[in-house]
Amino acid sequence: MNQPKINLSPPVSDDIRKTTCYMCACRCGINVHLKSGRVTYIEGNRDHPINKGVLCAKGAAGIMQVTAPSRLRAPLRRVGPRGSGAFEEISWDEALALAVSWMKPLRETAPEKLAFFTGRDQSQSFTGWWAQQFGTPNYAAHGGFCSVNMAAGGIYTIGGAFWEFGQPDWEYTKLFIMFGVAEDHDSNPIKIGLGRLKGRGARVIGVNPIRTGYNAVADDWYGITPGTDGLLILSLIHCLLVAGKIDTDYLARWTNAGLLVNETDGPEKGLFVKNAESQPFVIDRATGAPAPWDGKGVVPDLGATWQGHRTVFQHMAERYHSAEYAPEAVAERCGIPAARIHALAAEIADVAFNQAIRLEQPWVDFRGDAHDHMPGRPVSFHAMRGISAHANGFQTARALHLLQIVLGTVEVPGGYRLKPPYPKPVEAHPTPHFVTVPGQPLSGPHLGYVRGPEHLALKEDGTPARIDKAFTWENPFSAHGLMQMVIPNAHAGDPYRIDTLFLYMANMAWNSSMNTSAVMAMLTDKDAAGEYVIPRIIYSDAYASEMVAYADLILPDTTYLERHDCISMLDRPISEPGAAGDAIRWPVVEPDRDVRGFQSVLLDLGVRLGLPGMTNADGTAKFADYADYIVNHQRRPGVGPLMGFRGDGTGAGRGAPNPDQLDRYIANGGFFQAHVPEAAAYYKPWNAGYQDWAVKTGFYEAPQPYLFSIYSEPMRKFQLAAEGHGWIQPPDHLRAQVKAAMDPLPVWQGLPAVEGYPVHALTQRPMAMYHSWGSQNAWLRQIHGRNYLYVPTKIWVEQGFGDGDWARVTSPAGEIVVPVAHMAALNENTVWTWNAIGKRKGAWALDDAAPEATKGFLLNHLISELLPERGDGQRWSNADPVTGQAAWFDLKVRIERCAAPVEAQPAHPPIPRVVPQGNTR
Amino acid sequence: MTTLPVQTEKKLGLVIDLDTCVGCHACVTACKGWNDQGYGAPLSDQNPYGADPSGTFLNRVHSYAVQPVEGPAQTINFPRSCLHCDDAPCVTVCPTGASYKRVEDGIVLVNEDACMGCGLCAWACPYGAREMDADAGVMKKCTLCVDRIYNDELPEEDREPACVRTCPTGARHFGDLGDPDSAVSQLVAARGGYDLMPELRTKPTNKYLPPRKKDARQEASLLAPLLDIKATGFAGWLDRVLGKI
Repeated sequence: MNQPKINLSPPVSDDIRKTTCYMCACRCGINVHLKSGRVTYIEGNRDHPINKGVLCAKGAAGIMQVTAPSRLRAPLRRVGPRGSGAFEEISWDEALALAVSWMKPLRETAPEKLAFFTGRDQSQSFTGWWAQQFGTPNYAAHGGFCSVNMAAGGIYTIGGAFWEFGQPDWEYTKLFIMFGVAEDHDSNPIKIGLGRLKGRGARVIGVNPIRTGYNAVADDWYGITPGTDGLLILSLIHCLLVAGKIDTDYLARWTNAGLLVNETDGPEKGLFVKNAESQPFVIDRATGAPAPWDGKGVVPDLGATWQGHRTVFQHMAERYHSAEYAPEAVAERCGIPAARIHALAAEIADVAFNQAIRLEQPWVDFRGDAHDHMPGRPVSFHAMRGISAHANGFQTARALHLLQIVLGTVEVPGGYRLKPPYPKPVEAHPTPHFVTVPGQPLSGPHLGYVRGPEHLALKEDGTPARIDKAFTWENPFSAHGLMQMVIPNAHAGDPYRIDTLFLYMANMAWNSSMNTSAVMAMLTDKDAAGEYVIPRIIYSDAYASEMVAYADLILPDTTYLERHDCISMLDRPISEPGAAGDAIRWPVVEPDRDVRGFQSVLLDLGVRLGLPGMTNADGTAKFADYADYIVNHQRRPGVGPLMGFRGDGTGAGRGAPNPDQLDRYIANGGFFQAHVPEAAAYYKPWNAGYQDWAVKTGFYEAPQPYLFSIYSEPMRKFQLAAEGHGWIQPPDHLRAQVKAAMDPLPVWQGLPAVEGYPVHALTQRPMAMYHSWGSQNAWLRQIHGRNYLYVPTKIWVEQGFGDGDWARVTSPAGEIVVPVAHMAALNENTVWTWNAIGKRKGAWALDDAAPEATKGFLLNHLISELLPERGDGQRWSNADPVTGQAAWFDLKVRIERCAAPVEAQPAHPPIPRVVPQGNTR
Repeated sequence: MTTLPVQTEKKLGLVIDLDTCVGCHACVTACKGWNDQGYGAPLSDQNPYGADPSGTFLNRVHSYAVQPVEGPAQTINFPRSCLHCDDAPCVTVCPTGASYKRVEDGIVLVNEDACMGCGLCAWACPYGAREMDADAGVMKKCTLCVDRIYNDELPEEDREPACVRTCPTGARHFGDLGDPDSAVSQLVAARGGYDLMPELRTKPTNKYLPPRKKDARQEASLLAPLLDIKATGFAGWLDRVLGKI
């Protein structure tokens, strides 16, 4: 043998800079290796709470994103017709002066004519604050077309939600059940958790029409019919109730099950019975007499009836006890045999009640009652867009929380745990602010949680105050706005016309819009006078997305390795159940182009517009740039965008601004954590120790324990209005919808059958892609360069499909012709494809002949933002009537085998390039 | 022809858990990223933004549909890379001695200085684990991150292959499969780890752990009703569940 001698210890890099990934929404910690100033390798940061060293396919491929030829290079001004691609490069001074010349007159006369909407924005507490200072009511991020049902359904029920608000207790859970969790969701945290469960033999169940990704490794799979999760969940609750497998102690102590529901006909009917101090009360089990809900030693009697008023528990039990929720009654609609539903309920009950656990951890609850241990029921759930992107998604999310609540598994060992600053009840959130005064800021944040009709964003004449009609009778709880309606409403002049549409990182001319072809037409449509119906469009993005071509002014952003950001406790932090956490991005390399971080540009614009909060009295800038804002802005005294190293560097949560704060974050690996005390780690909404810690850490100013809302009084208030009570009344055409949608107990509403369209059609993102960003990445597009319509065996055989075939797919809204592939592990009435692999020719610096542009396709062309017309002159949105969440997954189609076209249809003509086509990497 | 060592001191390799792999491709790009700047020539890409992009990857993940005799269809995700075989046909076929198996740890490597890019080894490998780099004209393959696992420049905890370090589900394990007491050997024994295509007698070092049995629960209900609802109605149920009778 003559083995060559090789260097086993080559130097790896000159420098490692620790920052935060932005290849999706997870915000993992990354070690960026550099040699001679160039990024050479990216790996996960072992110390980071989100990813603990691991990194997904996207994260490691970030190195290709920093050098992607699709990066925008300089500000651009449109010089030809909109969409023609005729742009000229201009300086930043020219660009900002132009933007100010459009915005300043609006602020002085009609601030609502600026609509500022952001997409995959991770600085929402800042962009929202900017819009507030401008004074327009028209601000939101992308939650309306993403997953507001998940957020709002959870906040209104448990004061937290699935998604990033919490996570299963990976350490103790024995049975983990996922509803509608797509492949890409919560990327590394859920993969790490699944790995831990697998490692110790815990059981995993997937409820999903599609068996890939996390559902592929699940020990059991329920291939449910899309849109029926809520019905399945209520049937599980039925089974548990009938068998008496519910945690009545948990229900009595920690939920509103013991509150009394007013049975007297009239304007109070269905609200909680209140005492003289307007406080709801309970009947104490010990005394049989009324007692304060939060009184020391009080244990509410769930079976009480007081002056004819029964408890929430009895209303709830009566509803779900009904035979209409028996497995035999729901099986066919859910596509799951009744015996399987019984078996799932039995398995859940067995783990929750026969395998209960306890932690020997004493704690004191908000009533002042001491407990010597923490009981746990080791069943946990997780859910995402599969249940929320339906018109019944809000109530389905509520139903799943109710299932957890009756089992007693939320905020207990082995169950579902919330992450600081959650738990946080509806009452701790702001209400929407929307009243405009020319030249003045809004009086508070745009987005919030409505408690009753008095909080709706309606003008004095009852018309919507916001361009997206958020917080109206059409969708009262639209806590994230309705970004998907902004362009259609602005085009329709409904409820009014706007002047300037200002978008950030939102690909509304392609995969982020419903009815994409029509939206592109709206963006270029002109009125009788030859003016654009949407007069001005400003867009900021780092890359040459499809949206760029439709802008009048382009403000080029940096890539994520060239910028400052804060992953803030004020919006979407990186907490764990046992620790509050936040993080930064910082420029680990400098841009080689004439681009600027969008947040710094917003501050510059703000000063030029003289916006309060960012402008000194003498008109100079209060903050040099976004980094300066991150350190020195205070939202409340002592509370700023970052919680770590405040004051003299030892402050956590509260403290004066510290000029060294960013350096301290960098030295600490780019993040900061404040750990929850051990006695406060569970039962957080009711744990006095947690409440005190949360106040100390700055989440709120006073302890605010609360009861989980099995029964939602805010929802009942809307029903009362629909029934004619109160002085704020819905328009007559919406009364029936409000009454049905705002049921105060979770309810399942089937989606109307559409004659001739029998097949459900879904999308999900692959784990190695994030929205449209992935295709410009030289490595990721080699993994997912094509998408197919995956067809279940039944339809595959019926249609006589074979390998390489194509299908015509038709919905009431449109038609596409696309390549198909067979997939057996799929609900038999469902087809699906990867989301956002399809690209428009000319975008993302790809070749016009790229497979993404010739064979790739979107389902968006089949999905209208409006429901079919009903002949009543109304524009009914294709959305959840509670929150306005875009009902992407309500899509029903017809599918037929057809001859292979040259390209997937519709084939849009190329959009003109704003950057040259990429060549080598 | 190149000869194989009669015996190696260790048998370093991977154990890949097919019960846990969700098919996320994290190992694919971590491998690409490390080896693009690591041992030997970079892993090039051709037409990376073009109509027919292709490139060199030392590790790829495939997803397969499996239809059991009974029960619903399943999806199995299958990562594929060099198995560092004891009887590696890619080594014995090499006309220049460029392909070799290390005596000290059994890693199969290509000495790129001696590789003439004839491609015989890729033809000989039954697992499709070798890829010719189109730019460099040399054969590339998994090195088991030989430039990481002994690298004094790296913290001790990072001296493992990039794919193992990055795997979010912990489905990839690295160790000495020649030592029956090693953690990986124990895992293989406990979970019934197996060789890929053993009938070819390549004696792979890497092992795969099979998916656990799925969808196995019986469908009969284990939940008895609390009492005969029909006889006592909702009020009777309420009394019983609240412990009053």
